[in-house]
Amino acid sequence: MKNNVAEWVVGGLLLVAFAVSAALVPGFRDVAYLFDRSTLLTETGLLALALTPLIVAGHIDLSCTAILALVGVIAATLAARLGVPFGLCLVLCPALGAGLGALNGYLVGRRGLPSLVVTIGTMALFRGAAQILAGDSSISVPAAFQGIHHLTLPKTYFHVPMLIYLFLALALGTLLHKTAFGRKIYAVGTSPEAARYSGVPVGSVVFRLFVLSGTVAGLGAALLLSRLGVARYDNARGWELDAITAVVLGGTSIFGGRGTIVGTVLALALVGIVQTGLGVAGIKAEVQVAAIGALLIFAILLGNALRRR
Amino acid sequence: MTRRELPLLVALALLVGVVGGIQPRFFSLDNLKSILLWVPLLAVVALGQMTVILTRGVDVSVGAILALAGMGTALVLRDHPNLNLFLAALLSTALGAVLGAVNGGLVALGRVPAIVATLGTLGIYRGLTFLISGGRQVSEYELPRGLASWSNEGPFGQNLFPWVVLLALVCAGAMQVFLTRTRGGRTLYALGGNPDAAAWHGLPVRSATFWNYVLCGAGAGLAGILYASRYGTVNPATIGTGFELLVIAAVVIGGVSVFGGVGSVPGVLLGCLLLGTINVALSVLSIAATWQLAVYGAVILLAVLFDDLSARRLRRTLTGEETL
Repeated sequence: MKNNVAEWVVGGLLLVAFAVSAALVPGFRDVAYLFDRSTLLTETGLLALALTPLIVAGHIDLSCTAILALVGVIAATLAARLGVPFGLCLVLCPALGAGLGALNGYLVGRRGLPSLVVTIGTMALFRGAAQILAGDSSISVPAAFQGIHHLTLPKTYFHVPMLIYLFLALALGTLLHKTAFGRKIYAVGTSPEAARYSGVPVGSVVFRLFVLSGTVAGLGAALLLSRLGVARYDNARGWELDAITAVVLGGTSIFGGRGTIVGTVLALALVGIVQTGLGVAGIKAEVQVAAIGALLIFAILLGNALRRR
Repeated sequence: MTRRELPLLVALALLVGVVGGIQPRFFSLDNLKSILLWVPLLAVVALGQMTVILTRGVDVSVGAILALAGMGTALVLRDHPNLNLFLAALLSTALGAVLGAVNGGLVALGRVPAIVATLGTLGIYRGLTFLISGGRQVSEYELPRGLASWSNEGPFGQNLFPWVVLLALVCAGAMQVFLTRTRGGRTLYALGGNPDAAAWHGLPVRSATFWNYVLCGAGAGLAGILYASRYGTVNPATIGTGFELLVIAAVVIGGVSVFGGVGSVPGVLLGCLLLGTINVALSVLSIAATWQLAVYGAVILLAVLFDDLSARRLRRTLTGEETL
């Protein structure tokens, strides 16, 4: 248990939050309602999943939501102005995201530049590019492609974004915890120097993780386009902080070397339940951020205290 | 003048030369004034952020501190219009210092990583800003008229050189003396250069870290009232949003290394000035405002690439060979 303190902390908080919400709010026991609310979190959830291995490797990607916005704007522009079939644009989204992620990967992985600064730079660059392309306007997507979050598996509440999220969680969990590449990610995050001397291709591991983050952001762009029906340059602005909050809340060390996909999944569920609970209680979204911030700090302090005993 | 300030000055001179050559209107009083007005707000926050990054930390809550301190002060001024404005400035700074002390306590005593602690307080301070204002803005007519004059009038009669610029220069001077001439300043450089060595050397690592965040918060708090002076209106949804990234960008462009221990006050000031000049240059060249963000991004990337190249060259001259 000592090694997984953070996961136990966030799991415990999740139980408490769920019990309190279910006791106070009758609607909370309605599964359909919970699944419906969960769509709001799926894009952030996807980003958080992809950020987990990256943060385990000791890096950070602040530009992921800017990639999401830029890819969305490019896809919608291709369809609206150049008449490219929109289905094709959606398929292009992850590829575009991968390309943008590769720029981060090159600068951080190959050139050894600090990821915090590089991704602040590319965040401004990518969102700026989206702003140049779209200006202040909203580019609509064809009605046929809207509403993917209303498509569910027959006779269940699992909607498509949720299924993609679950699939990605399984895939990344396997990658991080069951493969040789996953072990290399932990090695890089624990000590890049030691990893290099042990023959781990540090630069290439980091490069691939940034491409992964970009690809998933591109996928998120397609989902968000379908959910909102419009592409704007300021779509998903600030969500990168929500995603990082979830990853860190789930027990991933911001210094790298420690963290699990299970922790991130639990933390996302916790954030979702707290937000939904506060929302039902009539507390505005602008104030909810304070609760999430306090939760983050409380969880880290509690984990620190338990670990020291 | 070190390796860093000179290239920045050259870049700034080139920028001014090229833009002024294309569009002589760039040198008009109005444009110079808008550059000068743009910089102080950024500079007082950047000076505090600089000492945090110097010690391998980062404070992503500065925009939220600016918002909460600025909103708190604006509300007090709305309800007590006769309050002395200097007291109001002190109040804003003190509010910021208290909020910074919370960050400092979490990082120095709670051992929460800096980026995580300040990410958490960012949310808390933003939420509080919204709570204390009830989601409503404080409008220009509700604030004392004297406040705006800080940004409009100056010691030399003409409004070219407003008071806020003087204030930023005084802050920069004080910071320069603190960092280069006092024990506290040397401690911060030592802490950033090698935290373990600093601790083994018997330097007060914990208290230095704590006061570092207090100082950073105080700068952001002061910027809160400067924001109210500059823009007139204080809106809880827009005040200081994303400002932390602009500040970190200015600090990094100014040559402060996120690996700790490297950076200077003149460099940071030049970083702020460069961002401000780009901002005004774009509008003078009638480049759409939509290009601004992308240009900032490109400048940040160029600055880190430049740092990397000069660090490699230095290593080559020191070791006589290419490492890595």
